[in-house]
Amino acid sequence: MNSVIAFFDRFGRSIFSALEEMGRMLLLFLSVVAWAVRPPFKMRLIVKQMEFVGVKSIFVVVLTGLFTGMVMTLQICYGFRMFSAETLVGSTVALAMARELGPVLTALMVTARAGSAMAAELGTMRVTEQIDALYVMAANPVKTLIVPRVIAGITMLPVLTVVSVFVGVVGAYFVGVPILDINKGMFMKNMTTFVQLSDIYNGLVKAAFFGLILSFVGCYKGFNTTGGAEGVGKATTEAVVIAAITILISDYFLTALMF
Amino acid sequence: MIQLVDISKSFKTQKVLDGLNLTIEEGKTTIIIGRSGGGKSVLLKHIIGLIKPDQGKVLVDGDDITAMNDRDLNETRKKFGMLFQEAALFDSMNVFENVAFPLREHTRMKEPEIRERVRSRLQDVGLSGIEGKMPSELSGGMKKRVGLARAMAMQPQIVLFDEPTTGLDPVMTEAIDRLIFETQRKYNLTCVVISHDIKSIFSIGHQVAMLYDGKIIEFGAPEEVKNSENPVVQQFMAGSLEGPISIM
Ligand SMILES: Nc1ncnc2c1ncn2[C@@H]1O[C@H](COP(=O)(O)OP(=O)(O)OP(=O)(O)O)[C@@H](O)[C@H]1O
Ligand SMILES: [Mg+2]
Repeated sequence: MNSVIAFFDRFGRSIFSALEEMGRMLLLFLSVVAWAVRPPFKMRLIVKQMEFVGVKSIFVVVLTGLFTGMVMTLQICYGFRMFSAETLVGSTVALAMARELGPVLTALMVTARAGSAMAAELGTMRVTEQIDALYVMAANPVKTLIVPRVIAGITMLPVLTVVSVFVGVVGAYFVGVPILDINKGMFMKNMTTFVQLSDIYNGLVKAAFFGLILSFVGCYKGFNTTGGAEGVGKATTEAVVIAAITILISDYFLTALMF
Repeated sequence: MIQLVDISKSFKTQKVLDGLNLTIEEGKTTIIIGRSGGGKSVLLKHIIGLIKPDQGKVLVDGDDITAMNDRDLNETRKKFGMLFQEAALFDSMNVFENVAFPLREHTRMKEPEIRERVRSRLQDVGLSGIEGKMPSELSGGMKKRVGLARAMAMQPQIVLFDEPTTGLDPVMTEAIDRLIFETQRKYNLTCVVISHDIKSIFSIGHQVAMLYDGKIIEFGAPEEVKNSENPVVQQFMAGSLEGPISIM
């Protein structure tokens, strides 16, 4: 009997703490929105974060996009050869990249690179009282720290996704045409016939949403860090895991909604 | 004037402040002493609304900051400068940007004015010419002095100092004490200083408050506190191992 009560006790507590955490996330999110639209806009800080999230991620994004496009071409060509549909390989890879792999892989790479850095940076600022110092100087930390990062996330992810899709298709071309001997004319023609602008557009909407998730989760975890260096490590890990899972789950629902 | 009325604060099960009352007079320097881990920093953070009490009120010029909305609290905070115990410099900015930060946030000062103000504040704390260094390149005592320069940058009415001289050499301690003393007199500031340095207490303090067991157990002019009958205060001032304060 006692163990049953203990079970429900623990169960109830964990539900309460999950609800509490969701409530706190929501409150922080609302205050981010409120501060984002209230002047003055800190352009210098926003540009700095855009550089960090965008420019400095290009290298990893290009590498992931390129090799994903290349390996997909190898794999899909293997399958399509069975019914002589090699000329459709290029358009298939392009569709997969634009609708799915471009946004998701880019978001996962940027989560690992920038989302984690956001959590670590804000977490360190929290445990060394730098966030308190901002409050003391009447400079709202949501406005000075979180808003620029979230704006950078939302705006830079679509840009990076475009880059990723583009190099993915280029990779597909160079594996497909010279190496796998797919007819060049048909490869290009099918690509332009089957890939619609809306495919790319929807991919970019996804990317912007993922950018919001990874930057907001990184900031939330960092902002609420407790417990010294260990706490910073924990916040960073949690930020990456939670952001990555949320991106993958929301990807399904966004896809179901949009396509 | 700052009044702390019946402040209680616990962290989890640990009661740090327990019905504390303290009045900090305007235009004077009030020193807070007390044992390490006794809640002095926690007390200081209550004054500026960084920590909210479980019970009690914090009145700054008559307004209760524990009941304020964010906007009013921000306005009130503009009266304050604060030096944190670990300096809390922004480590993504160099020394110049750190000291200039409050000026950029809250004034419309032009760049040359800002540069001049930062230069003179750094000179006050004996750190001319280190504007370009990053906080990670500074020693502990240097960080503290940059924090001091930042706290004073806006010429606030009220300045809170959390151990301004701990970790400095005796000459520098004397220099910082004199700086606090002179700025306080010149601008008629209200200063709250946490200090472990008995000499500082007498050289800069108008009032001394001793925090013990979550309460202010002695309050008065430095001489009065020094001559207190209270055995806890006596032991503390003498730095003796014998007495009611146990180190366990
Ligand atoms: N944010 C916090 N969460 C939990 N406990 C805290 C927190 N801040 C302080 N404490 C606890 O409150 C007590 C008082 O801490 P405080 O920093 O005020 O001491 P102090 O008097 O400033 O000591 P010192 O002279 O060593 O700086 C300590 O026991 C500390 O563990
Ligand atoms: Mg302290």
